[in-house]
This record gives sequence, structure tokens and C-alpha cells, in this order.
Amino acid sequence: MALLEVNDLTVSYPARAGAVPAVRGVDLTLEPGDTLGLAGESGCGKSTMAAAVLRLLPPGTTTTGTVLLEGEDVLTMRPGRLRAVRWTEAAVVFQGAMHALNPVRRVGDQIAEAIQLHDKVGDRQAATRVGELLEQVGLPARRAPSYPHELSGGQRQRVMIAMALACSPRLLIADEPTTALDVMVQAQVLTLLEELGRELGLALLLITHDLSVLASTCERIAVMYAGRIVEEGPAATVFEAPAHPYTRALAEAFPTIGDTASRRNPHGLGGDPPDPRDLPSGCEFHPRCPVSIAVCPTLDAELWPAGEGRRAACVHVRDGHPELVRQVPPMPVGEDFPAHRGVAT
Amino acid sequence: MRSPLPRVSRRGKVTLVVVGITLVLLLFLNQIVGLWTDWLWFGEIGYTNVFGGLLKTKIWLFVLFGVGVGAFIGGNLYLGFRLRPMLRANSAEQHALERYRMLLSPRIGLWIGIRGAWKRNSVFDRISLGASLALYAMPEFWLGIMLLIAFGVGVGSFPGLFPTGGLSSPNTQLASLGGFWDVARHLFLPCLTLTLAYIAEYALVMRSSLLDELGEDYLTTARAKGLREALVLRRHAVPNALLPTTTLIFLNLGFVVSGAITIETVFSWPGLGLLSYEALRTPDYPLLQGVFLLFSAAVIIANLIADLLYAYLDPRVRTG
Amino acid sequence: MTQPTIEEPLGGAPQTDLTLPPALPPQLSPRAIARARRRQAAGRAWSEYRRNSIGMVGLAILVLFVAMAVFAPVLVPASKLDVTKATGTPFSPPSAEFPLGTDESGRSVLALTIWGSRVSLLVGFLASVISVVIGSVVGIAAGHFGRWTDSVLMRVTDWFLVIPFLPLAIVLATVLGPSLANIAFVIGITSWPGTARIVRAQALAVTSRPYIERARALGAGDWHLITRHVLPNVVPLIFANTVLIVAVAILSETTLAFLGLGDPLRVSWGSMLDSAFTQGAASIGAWWYLVPPGVAILLVVLAFTMIGQALESVLNPRLRGR
Repeated sequence: MALLEVNDLTVSYPARAGAVPAVRGVDLTLEPGDTLGLAGESGCGKSTMAAAVLRLLPPGTTTTGTVLLEGEDVLTMRPGRLRAVRWTEAAVVFQGAMHALNPVRRVGDQIAEAIQLHDKVGDRQAATRVGELLEQVGLPARRAPSYPHELSGGQRQRVMIAMALACSPRLLIADEPTTALDVMVQAQVLTLLEELGRELGLALLLITHDLSVLASTCERIAVMYAGRIVEEGPAATVFEAPAHPYTRALAEAFPTIGDTASRRNPHGLGGDPPDPRDLPSGCEFHPRCPVSIAVCPTLDAELWPAGEGRRAACVHVRDGHPELVRQVPPMPVGEDFPAHRGVAT
Repeated sequence: MRSPLPRVSRRGKVTLVVVGITLVLLLFLNQIVGLWTDWLWFGEIGYTNVFGGLLKTKIWLFVLFGVGVGAFIGGNLYLGFRLRPMLRANSAEQHALERYRMLLSPRIGLWIGIRGAWKRNSVFDRISLGASLALYAMPEFWLGIMLLIAFGVGVGSFPGLFPTGGLSSPNTQLASLGGFWDVARHLFLPCLTLTLAYIAEYALVMRSSLLDELGEDYLTTARAKGLREALVLRRHAVPNALLPTTTLIFLNLGFVVSGAITIETVFSWPGLGLLSYEALRTPDYPLLQGVFLLFSAAVIIANLIADLLYAYLDPRVRTG
Repeated sequence: MTQPTIEEPLGGAPQTDLTLPPALPPQLSPRAIARARRRQAAGRAWSEYRRNSIGMVGLAILVLFVAMAVFAPVLVPASKLDVTKATGTPFSPPSAEFPLGTDESGRSVLALTIWGSRVSLLVGFLASVISVVIGSVVGIAAGHFGRWTDSVLMRVTDWFLVIPFLPLAIVLATVLGPSLANIAFVIGITSWPGTARIVRAQALAVTSRPYIERARALGAGDWHLITRHVLPNVVPLIFANTVLIVAVAILSETTLAFLGLGDPLRVSWGSMLDSAFTQGAASIGAWWYLVPPGVAILLVVLAFTMIGQALESVLNPRLRGR
């Protein structure tokens, strides 16, 4: 049985003019011990996904589909069962740990709260466990009585991770764990997550907009655009040989270390992510796509098979010409480009 | 409706210096005002100084006021230690008015504010918000007059249930049990007025603070940990919302004084407020200045307490 | 290759907030553009305000009372206020001739209430103007110039904030003497610190923004910075705050008048309550004399509070839906 199985998840936020879909029909599967990275630009719906797994969405949102955590549907659980499941089966490490931690309570107390919520242990025992958890994430136990504002960004993130591990969950969801951290600290946090995943047999769902982060830390990557998954596959191949033009743009936006030519000529993608209230027709990516063809605005893009354990939602993949995705050189940043350029098929 | 947070001084020394200078300035101001007023009204400079004016009042009133201030401060310290708005009442009768109000208002007011914010737009919220706004919008002494008419004098054919003013009915022995009950009956309406007026303020401020707090991220973390909604509120949202609430409440302490003056006037309750009113009407300038000095000192000290209290409650201010 | 301007973002949803107003020649001076944009923003703020039902109700009530005050001489001839010409029996309950009963001299309470609105509202507005002007000047000076100026001004503000309002007002009013202008002055003098604090916080925030530093590098002087940058950013805040200041000012006037410090020659809601109370209206149960002024104050202050809340939610989208 899969640890996490998301089926046709759709999440819509209420708005004056009608519901705005943030996530549209997403399927996802995680086995125990898997590491899956979820990548995409801001607003593509990945944070909404993270919140949806533990049903932490704000009131008023409509959710359809199923989210099976160890076989139970999180979306239809009774509140009592949901509270018991939260943190013990899956835990979330939120982004921006400055605001995700209560600023007027000591970090040790906040971790202990998580422990004592699910385990009837005394204060002394809880304190010991807190010390162990802090050591596990590389912080000295004597930091437990500190307040969040007394710690650095990296330390706070570690505290969040320690807190997430408090009830020995089997799934850890990290929502932008490295955003707003220095590069050196980013590396430390990522290494920590990797090690913990291996040591504790945790399944890891790592959500970020930084594709290069995922490439090194996760076994598999899923790329989201406009509320849908547009590509999925093993990390290395997705990064090196993308099967969807958007993934390619994401991958090439980051210069390759050691390749000075790429540093001097960064590639990017013109335009802005689509407004969820006003999505383009057909394949949502077609207005910005360098390899779009005439049929794209009317195409109902699905995840078609693109190789060993890979899927991508591009017409070229469907038609059996995945190399076309990588054929056309991408546009340099800042230049207007026409709606779609003809590609010889 | 919301005044911004005061600047909290981290060093008590600085605040004490400010307080000291302020009191000196006040005395100075009083002397100057005294000079000018006497010259304006009596056409000559012949004034008794402030302390002479103070001595004109009964010494025991002065002492009792000191006791009242002490109880007020003590009560506020207790508030700080427990984070629960309960204050110990003291037994001195003359200032029971202040303290009985403090006992009820914060407790009830904060509870109403919390409940209103939690179940925003519910029936409870709409009614309590409407009632709080209405109570806040009316002059507190007018509320007192209305209550006086309704319950003291009686409307139409309904008889009054409570006496219409004063400390006690004539010919009652104050020291006896009957006397105590009599004083309590006389205390009820003024106390109710003050309580209602300040419940409204507490409720509005708390509701506002809590609504602000409810949008914060750390509450999602708390829920993700598996905390029940009620506990999320009680353990995380409310304590954080209490911070600006406490300061705002202390900041409005000045209006507590004005409330005391006008309500004691309405109910003829013999406290410092009524004394100020009589000093105003006579007019008795040295007494007026003396009372002004006392009130100001009390409020300044209370604000000092508020500063210290805030530093105690918010660790970010202590070390940050 | 066209350079993208902020006016026309590349693709994505159209940014209506940043488009130039239509039908304006492209070679307009920056100042004219800024002014046009501000007018647009004001228009948008108004349509957003209109959607707030609480705010509209408050505005309606306020308009009603202001109309009552302005048209008082038309509605009720001034002779009705003359004690020597009073025709009713003192303290008589509401009747057909006197819909709200009579006062201790036999005058119509309704007439008094209508005329009373003039003084109460006038003093309220006047005091607010004084308070807001002083508060804004102090706040902007403290926030923009910082350091020394800030320290000194803030100590003064703190002092005023801490001193309880009524004793100070009483002392000042006693010294200055009872008149309409003096009362407005006293209230204004005692209530500016609230505005000063808010304005200072905003001025501080604006002054520390990067574009101020750049403007300075371009040679902008303090006057230019204050009038062109700080002030426009602070004005909406001041406006929202003023509304609440007026409410407090009206309540303060009522309290001072009740204590006998109001203008003895004029009728205000507070002085009505004072007369009523000192003449013993409460003990004889003459509620018709005491209820109308109180209700009037209640409605006006509520109206201002509602407008204030609506303004706050218009200016701060985060608060919408409260």
C-alpha cells in the first residue's frame, strides 16, 4: 500500500467572481522511503498541495478528489481522527519559519507540545526527547529554552524539522524549506533532510521553486504548472533531459556550475505565470511555449508516457517526438516573442 | 478606535527619570496655573500652594487614595503573573468603585471579545459587536443617568430598585452588617455603569487584536500538530493577542479617571471624582490642582507598570 | 526590442492599477501624471467604500445630522430657544405640541436637540482639525527628521499621552474660560498625541524606503521630500484617523459641557445633559429631557465609528471582511 496516494485532487479558493482553482486534478503517489520533489513557480499550487495533504487549508476552500494517507482518506476523516493522524503519520515543515513558530513561546515548549499532544508523557520525559530531537538536527540541546527571534534563520528551520520529527512520522512534507536562507545554510538544511530521510526511512515530499535543489536531493521530480503536474520522472533525467518545455525552461534558468558560457548567458522564460482566474485555453503553457504548435491552444494536455517511469504533458511527447522539446534554443530574457512559432513536424 | 502601541522602554531607569521629570513639571505647572488663575479671577496674587490645597481635604481621603492606588498596582502585577485578568479586591470602601469594576470588566470583556473574534459574524458576534459599539459610543455618565432613571427612580409605574445616590442611606450604621449591605446597594448602579462601559472597550479591543492574530502562520503549525481548535485559540492566539490588548487598555487609563469623575457625580458617590466635581463648581483652585496632581501621578505609575508588564509578557522586547 | 515598462507588463493579467488614464496626451509632466493617478486612486477608493454597507449607513447618518445642524435655523426658529419666550410647562412629558417634551424652562426639547447639534458638531470638527494638524506636523517631523527631533518630540508626546485627559482639560478650560473656541482648543490640545504616533510610524516607514534615499541623492531637499513623498503616503492614514478623532472630540465636548465647562450662552447636547441633571430631571424621572441628547450623541459617534471602520478596510485590504 502506498504511503501517500493523491487522486484527482482539485482545490479551489473562494472569490467574489466564483471559485478560483489552485490545484486542478493532481495525481501523486509516494511509497515509504521515497523522496519526491515538487517544483514550480510561485502560484502554481504547490503550497496548496502541501496544505491539502493534512487538510490544513483555510475555511471556505472546496476540495474534491481523495488524499489517501496510509489508506485513509484525509479529506473525509472525522476531525478527531484527523487530529490524531496529523503529525504522527505525516508532518509539515513550513516555509518562513520566523512566522511559522509562535514568537512568544520557547522553541523547546513548542516541540514538547507536539510530543505531549500525541503521547501521554510527563514534562521531564518530553524535555529529554526535545533534547534528543534537537541533537538530531544538529542543534545543541541547551537551545531548547530559546525564543524564535533569538535564533538564526537556519537554526529556526532546524527547529521546525526537529518539531516535525517529534512524533516519528513516516512522511515529511517540506514546503520551501530553503527559501530565504543563505546558500551555505541551504546546503546544510538539504543535507540534513537527506540524511534524516535515509536514517529514519522517512518519505520526503520536498516542495520548492528551485529545481536545482531537487535534482540533488530527490529521487523523483514532479513539475507543476497552473495547478497541474506537467512532468514527472526520475530526478536526474528530468533535469538533464526534460520532456516538457516548461521543465526545460526551469532547468536552464539556472547556470551550470563549471560551465562559464551558461553563466554569461542565462536563459529564462518571458511572460508571467497565468492568472488562475483566467487560464489560457487548451495547454495552459502555450502562450509562453517556445515549441508550441497550432493544435496547442485546443489541446487537452494529459500526462503521456515519456520513457522509463516518466510522464510529460506535451503534445510532442504524445506524438513520439520528445527531442523536439529540446531542439529549439530558448529565448533570452527580456525579448518579446510571438504567440507560437511554427515547428517543423 | 485603536491607538498604536506605546514605545516600550527597556530600561526602567529611563522611565523612572521620565516619571520624575513629569511630576516635577506637573508641580511647576500647577504653581504657574495657580498664579495665573488667582490673578485672573481674584485680581491679586494670593494663593495657597498646592500642598495647602491638598491638606484642605480630609487626610483620610488622601490615605485611602494611596491604598487604592496600591491595590490597583498590586492587582495589575497579579494580572501579569497569571495572564488572567483577575484582580484582588481590597476592602477600603471609598475606592471599592474602582476596584470592583476592574474585577469584572476585564474578565467579561475579554471573554466577549475572544468569543466574538473566534466565531466572527455569528449571531453572538453581531450582537456583542453591536452592543459594544453602542456602549462605547455613548458618554458613560449618560449610561449612568439612564440606569439611574431605570432602576433608581423608576420609569412610569415601575418602582426604583436601588437608591439614587450617595454612599449610604441616612441613619444607617456604616460599621454594621446592615450598613455594609446598604453601601453595597448604593455601590451597585455606579459599579454597573463603569463595568458596562469598560466591558465594551475591552471586548472591542480584544476582538480586534484577536482577529489580527488569527491570520498568523504559527496557528497553522499548531493545527498541523494536531491541536484542537479551542486549544489553538487558547494557547497560541489569545496570549499573543493579549499583548497589544493589555497595552491599549493601559493606554486608555486616562479615560478611567474621567469616567470616575463623571459617574461619581451622577451617583453622588463620595470619592475623589465627586471631590473634583465640587472643586470645579465652587471653584476651588488649589484643590483642583491637587486632585489633578494625584490623578496624573496614579495614571503615570499605572503606565509605568504597563511598560514593565509588556516587557514581561513579550520576550521579543526583553532581549531583542 | 521594446523595453518593458511598468505600465505594460509582459503577458499575464492586465494591471489596471497602473495604466495611464485614457485620453491624456503622452507628453504630460510627471506632476500632472501623479495628480491624475491620485484622482484615479481616490475614485477607486470611493467605489470600494460604496460597497461597504456599514460605511454607507454611517455616512448616511452623518449626512443627516450635518443637515440638521446646517438647517437648524430653518427647521426651528431661534426664538424657540429664548427662555423668556418659552410657552410650555416646565418638565412636561412628550405631547403633540412638544414631541420631545419640555425642559426646566418650558422650552421644547426637540428644538434644543436640533440646535444643540450645531455646537456639538462644530466643536467636534474644530477640535479635530486642531488636533490633526498639530498631530500630523509633529508626527511627520518626528518620523522624517528622526534622531534628535524624534526623541524630543516623542518625549513631549508621551507626556501628553500619559496625562489623563479630563483633569488636564478641566484645568485648561478653567484657566481659559468657557467659550466655544476655547473648548475646541482645549480638546484639540489634549488629543493630538494619538494622531502624532500613528503619523510618525508611517512617516518613519516612508522615509526609510529606498526611493527616498535616491531622491536625496538627486538633490531633493526635505521640503520636497515631505510634500511630494511623505505626505501623499500619510494622508490616507490621517484621514481614517481623523474620523475617529472627531468621534472622541464630540464625546469630550459632551463630558466637558456636562461638568459645566461649556459655553453658557449656547446649547449643546452636553449642556442639555448638564442642565437636565443639575435641575433634577433624573430624580423626577424626566427621561424625555435626558434621552434625546444622549441618543443623538450615540448615533453620531456610532456613525463616525462605522465610517472609520469602513475607511480602514478600504485602505487596508487585509482587514476586509471584518
